[in-house]
Amino acid sequence: MQPFDTVTGPAASLPAANVDTDVIMPKQFLKGIDRSGLAIGAFHTLRFDAAGAPRPDFVLNRPEWAETRFLVVGSNFGCGSSREHAVWGLLQLGIRAIIGTSFAGIFADNAANNGLLLISLDPERVGMLAGLAADPERNRLTIDLPGQVILAGDATRMAFDIPATRKDALVRGLDAIGTTLDQAGAIRAFEERYHAARPWLLR
Amino acid sequence: MSPRTLYDKIIDSHAVARLDESSGPGAEVLLYIDRTILNEYTSPQAFSGLREAGRRVWRPDAALMVVDHVNPTAPQRNAEMPDAGGANQVRYFAENSRDFGIELLDVLHPLQGIEHVVAPELGFVLPGMVIGAGDSHTTTYGALGCLGFGIGTSDIEHYLATSTLRYRRMKTMRVTLNGALPPGVTAKDVVMALIRTIGASGATGYAIEFAGDGIAALSVEGRMTICNMAVEAGARGVIMAPDQAVFDYLADKPRAPKGDLWDHAVEHWSGLRGDADAVFDREVRLEASEIEPLVTWGISPDQAVPIGERVPDPSAEPDVARRKDMQRALAYMDLTPGTALEEVAIQRAFIGSCTNARLSDLREAAAIVRGRHVAAGVRGMVVPGSSSVRRAAEAEGLDRVFIDAGFEWRQSGCSLCLAMNDDVLEPGERCASSTNRNFEGRQGAGGRTHLMSPAMVAAAAVAGHLTDVRRLAREI
Ligand code: SF4
Repeated sequence: MQPFDTVTGPAASLPAANVDTDVIMPKQFLKGIDRSGLAIGAFHTLRFDAAGAPRPDFVLNRPEWAETRFLVVGSNFGCGSSREHAVWGLLQLGIRAIIGTSFAGIFADNAANNGLLLISLDPERVGMLAGLAADPERNRLTIDLPGQVILAGDATRMAFDIPATRKDALVRGLDAIGTTLDQAGAIRAFEERYHAARPWLLR
Repeated sequence: MSPRTLYDKIIDSHAVARLDESSGPGAEVLLYIDRTILNEYTSPQAFSGLREAGRRVWRPDAALMVVDHVNPTAPQRNAEMPDAGGANQVRYFAENSRDFGIELLDVLHPLQGIEHVVAPELGFVLPGMVIGAGDSHTTTYGALGCLGFGIGTSDIEHYLATSTLRYRRMKTMRVTLNGALPPGVTAKDVVMALIRTIGASGATGYAIEFAGDGIAALSVEGRMTICNMAVEAGARGVIMAPDQAVFDYLADKPRAPKGDLWDHAVEHWSGLRGDADAVFDREVRLEASEIEPLVTWGISPDQAVPIGERVPDPSAEPDVARRKDMQRALAYMDLTPGTALEEVAIQRAFIGSCTNARLSDLREAAAIVRGRHVAAGVRGMVVPGSSSVRRAAEAEGLDRVFIDAGFEWRQSGCSLCLAMNDDVLEPGERCASSTNRNFEGRQGAGGRTHLMSPAMVAAAAVAGHLTDVRRLAREI
């Protein structure tokens, strides 16, 4: 996955609560067997009308937000279905980080596994950033992950928290499976002990 | 050692290694996963990842592959899917089953069905296990005393390659249900009441342990309904301590242990409970006697009210953001504040999904429609949760009850729950649905979903509008 160091770009505000993964990636885009071609599906119903024409009033279709890298979102973003297609589509659309008050659990894990940075902040700070994101004059942010800080043009500096292991994996773009397989011996030893005590689990 | 919850004990017994210095919620461990269930739409990219990296599946016999999301539910079954995308997914699914040596229940298999219905009825999931699987409703298995939670495709790949997940411990929430449910009130109403009480993100970051005499009094199938839908409150993992009802449920399941192994297992399972003085991060109490049949009026599962009430008025909501969410929901649902819910007419009625399409659900719905008929202008569908449920229902004549009442009696699959096959709502159609998600467009672009219990769906189908099942039940 693509490492996340310091990224700069426009942010867009999507304030609705409970934006679910059916909205982020509607079901007609779930029929593939690879990860590609999902940019078109991201927020499809919000971005395009029934005839497939872009809706001019949707924020990501407006020229000031053409190169959007960050979303500032409402609470419980990414709830619902486990579909990782939602995260793949957002990344393919160019989104690198999402800032909100709370994220649904499976969505958060999917994001971490693909290098999409999620930042949780208190409602006041999210509201402040949403205000910046909604203003085309001030919507450029810089997110410095190693420094754990969000910077805006008006000298705003906002620190954020992230678990150390998650940050390390994002900054280095680590392959989690490779890292785990380094412990294959420990897994095998555990498995033998575990099944010896529970013989009914062996099929 | 300080007193531990059942969740803590299960995580501790499955921790291969610690991955950071911390302990308690947020601490990262390498977690051993006992079983997984794979479906055709969230797994393909995981197998592609294994192929690209030249990796094997660590324990092929711990996984089960089930086709359920994309297949049609028309009475005549065909191996080929009618649409190119679905056909491609099903073909690749079979190829992955062969190449990686994992058992497949394809659409023609007599045991095919919705994954969360099939796994328990096979005895594939057992108490004390940790089940991580590529579908959010994996929480269902909590009813059997195992910890179930959904994972995304990257984690499916991680699981397949290692039999483990890199896992962060959750906070714990205990939900206690006190007392007995009044007549006409079901497990579905319990979980909808919970979601309504704590909100659609009320359990985000938590694993829920259900407890109380109200839970103990429920059937195992009813408990599955609760664990299944608890994910709609954001719960990332659900568990109920296993009891005699669970052991009785499992005793005759084909893949459950037999003979001495069974006795050994039950002895071990009987000890699966939290310490009496364990402390939870949050406690929620529900009084069964206060729960009524609920229906959703909006586009989030927490937007629900008792059937006797009216569509709420956003202008009475002081919080601006919530008011806007309510307005958006009512606009999508085409509902006017103050309308009595019992006056809302429907065009579709759907009894199905992993939440509510087990045999007991079909029995409850059939009891309501027996000797009655679906109202004019309503299309009613019954989609059994599995092919086994379908056969069992036919053996006791439930198919005739539904067909005589004007319902379509269909083959098993996810069907109209997420409309990835050809069972879809037309734009503007309003559906009484026994499913779990009323999101915008979930059952078809522009379709309007009202969630409720299967008996309530049956009552609405007969009445032609949302209605209180207790009224019909009195007339039986
Ligand atoms: S029935 Fe619905 S909720 Fe259950 S697995 Fe299928 S699509 Fe998901």
